[in-house]
Parts: sequence; C-alpha cells; structure tokens
Amino acid sequence: MIKVEGLTKSFDGQMVLRGLELEVRDGSITIIIGRSGGGKSVFLKHLLGLLRPDAGRVLVGGVDLTGVSRREIDRVRDRYGVVFQGGALFDSLTCAQNVAFPLREKTRLGRAEITKRVEVGLAQVGLEGVGPKYPEEISGGMRKRVAIARALITEPEIVFFDEPTTGLDPILVNSIHGLIQDLHRRFGFTAVMVSHEIPEIFGIADTVAMLHDGRIVEVGPPEAIQGSRNPIVQQFIRGQPDEGGAFKESG
Amino acid sequence: MADAPTWAVLRPFELLGERVLGLLESLGRFGSFFARAVLSMVTPPFKVRAFVDRIDYIGYRSLVIIVLTGAFTGMVLGLQLFLTLSRFGSEAFLGPAVALGLIRELGPVLAALMVTGRAGSALTAEIGIMRITEQIDALTVMALSPFRYLVTPSILAGVVTFPLMTALFDVVGIFGGYLVGVKLLGLSEGTYFGEMQTFVHLDDILTGFWKSLSFGVLVTWVCTYKGYYVGHGAEGVARATTQAVVLSSVLILLWDYFLGSVLR
Repeated sequence: MIKVEGLTKSFDGQMVLRGLELEVRDGSITIIIGRSGGGKSVFLKHLLGLLRPDAGRVLVGGVDLTGVSRREIDRVRDRYGVVFQGGALFDSLTCAQNVAFPLREKTRLGRAEITKRVEVGLAQVGLEGVGPKYPEEISGGMRKRVAIARALITEPEIVFFDEPTTGLDPILVNSIHGLIQDLHRRFGFTAVMVSHEIPEIFGIADTVAMLHDGRIVEVGPPEAIQGSRNPIVQQFIRGQPDEGGAFKESG
Repeated sequence: MADAPTWAVLRPFELLGERVLGLLESLGRFGSFFARAVLSMVTPPFKVRAFVDRIDYIGYRSLVIIVLTGAFTGMVLGLQLFLTLSRFGSEAFLGPAVALGLIRELGPVLAALMVTGRAGSALTAEIGIMRITEQIDALTVMALSPFRYLVTPSILAGVVTFPLMTALFDVVGIFGGYLVGVKLLGLSEGTYFGEMQTFVHLDDILTGFWKSLSFGVLVTWVCTYKGYYVGHGAEGVARATTQAVVLSSVLILLWDYFLGSVLR
C-alpha cells in the first residue's frame, strides 16, 4: 500500500503541496485529477522519490521514501514502472531497445530471452513490427504505447502514469485507457495515474482523488466523485470556467 | 522589525549575501557532482559500452577538426617563427621552436578549445535535452544511476581522448611547420628535425600531457554538469550550452597558466 501523510512542498517560497494526505490500495487504479499547476506532477515526483518534501512522509510498502538512503529508494523503485507524460523514451535507441533496456540493465537474462519478451511486450500494446523503428519515427500514440510496454516489461508491482493520454485524439485516449485497464486486469499491478481526461477516467478508476491547491479535497470511487457536492469538484468535472467562483473562493 | 530607512541601508548587504550564498551553493553542487562521478568510476557496475560510445563521441568525431586546426597552427607558427628567427640568423632553431610551442602550450590549449566547441557543447545539449524530456528521470526511476550512463563515461573518455588528440594536434602541427619551413621557405630537413631532437625533452612532453589530461577532466566535468542541471525548455538548453563552452574555455586558459607556472 502507498500512504502519503502530511506532504508539504514549496519552491522559492511558493507552497505547492499543503499537507497532502492519500492512501492507495494494493491492486487498485487510483487516478489523481485536478487543474493544471495544481501540484499533481510535483506530487507524483514525491511518490517516485525524485523530490524530497519539506515535511510529511511517503510510505511505500512500509518504507518511508523521505527518510531513507538513495540505495533504499532504489530498492523500492525496483518495484516501480513509470510512464512519463512525453514517454521519456531514449531517443538514441530503437523502440525494441527501449523496451529491452530495463531487462538488459537490471536482469541477467540472455539476449534471446530478452528479444522474446520484448516481442511479447510490444505485441501486448498492439505494436508488432515497430521494434526496429526509432521513437521519432512513430506517432505520439505509438510512443505512449512503447512507453507503457517499457514500464511493464519488468512486471512491476506499482505502475505510475503521468498524463498518459495528453495530446492524443479522443479515439486514442479511449484506446490507451482500454489498454491500461486490460493490462491491469492481466498483471494485477497497483496503478497511480495523473490525468485530465474527464469523464473517460471514471470508466477505469477504482478510486479518484481530486487535488486542488496542494491538498486532496475529495477522494472516493468514481460515482462518489461524480455525485460530490464539493463545488470545486463539480466545477472541475463539468469543466466550468472560473466565474462560478469555486476555485477563486478556495484559492 | 527594522524600519524603512534601515531596511533600505541594509538591502545591498542582503543582496550581496544572497549572491555569495548562491555562489557557494553552486560551487558545492559542482564539487559534489564530480565526487559522485568519481565514486561511480571506482564502484561497479562499469558501463564499458557507454565509455566506448563516449570515446567515439568526444574523440573520434573530433579528429577532422583537430587535424585541420593542428595543420594550420603549425603552418602559421612555421611561417611567423621563420620570419622572426631569420632576423637574428637563427632559422636553424625553427624546428625546436615550433615543437616546443606546440607541445608545451598551443597543442593542449587549442586542441582542448576545439574539442570544447565541437564535443563539449554537444555533450551539454544532449544531456540537457535528456533532462528536459525526462529521460534522466526515466533512468533514475528504473533505479539506474544517470551518472554511470552519462557523466562518468564522458569524464573518463575525456581523460583518454584529450591527451591522444593533443598528441595528434602536435604531430600534425609539427608537420605543418615542416611544410612551410622546409618545403616552402627552404630550410634543410635535417636541421628542422635534428635540432628538435636536441631541444625537446621528456619534461616538455609531460607538461603537455598533464595539461591535456586535466583539460579533459575539466571540459567534460563542466559540460556534463551544465547539461545535468539545465534550466527549462529549449532556451534553458541553449543557455546551458553557451555557459558550458564559455566556462570551459575560460577555465582552460586559467588552468593552463596555473599549470604552466607550476610545471616549468
């Protein structure tokens, strides 16, 4: 289980996270929603151990990422798979080499076995035959799929998705969401996703958490969030502009 | 709380303090960056493939520019020294003068400046782009050290390639001087090379060697550091690349003077 307690972070005197609290159940899909600039990516970076908070704790399987050495954090990261917003594929490597990279660098598997697993991994995301191409030679949607294949190749326990559908057309958004749901069902990993895709995410999430002004203002199953009486939540999921006042009041 | 006039008087000191603290923080980060790179050099796993790639990136791909600049530097030296020495009737010393100038001073400095312009800037830009496109974060969250893949191999490649490229620069430069002094201006071949053997000693070669070795460390250290801690977006990469080249070039000249004084 991932447990976040009182997470606080500021940059140059500007507070981005203000005592954020959240629990993520094992095997669930938890989606964090919220406006741009609300601190979602900063929060995700704390979960990944890329940032240290000013105060608070991030517990992953009982290990507090904020109070252990880099080696201990790496041990927790061995259980992670991460899909970055832009894919973060290594542009000097082909798609197959990208997917093979974690296996090549972190396991003792032979070349033939790695090749076999990469082929299976790419097939799982519907990208047979794309292996020899470089990331710049394929479309944005395909890059996201390669990134998902790379994140899942080591069969991680926890997978983080940082806005995996940003910049894609609605058909591709649904296709990526379907893929994530399908892979989650097959591998049973815990998924933490940051997304803006309303209402599509309500179809795949077990839990939705609304992050606003550095805090989780509402958390629960999709139906509870959709029926929430919190004006901030309602304004966000309905995509209403600021005249409603909810965001202004809260700010 | 201080009143307004007091605050206004103290403000310059406050700003100065902020600047000094900022500078100290940068220096500390610069030093700890190098310490982390050195630590990765002496602890496994060693990334041999990345090291070989970096030798190709920094060394092999800089060969053309090294040969070109080496040849023309030697030719210019040959011409100017011949004209100067001939005023004193000492043209016979053209060979050693060209060789000493290149081996002790111009070879290490110019080769380092050329490699900084070609490979150092590319190194900063490459690592900077990897930073802003989250490729470095991707390595980190895979529990793999970006230092082992990007920084340490580059610094080690600098240590290996800079002395080799300086040696090449020196040899090509000496032949450039030969071309002008012997083939164009009529000095005898035996005089050019014979006097060189008399006046150039092992100490001179070692001086050039230590200089080029330290430039290799300096340039790759600065360029990888600037790329690793790049600012935001394309503008951040552009600024980091410029800073890397300017800082490396200035440090090469400062360090050259310092080593030149110590290794006399």
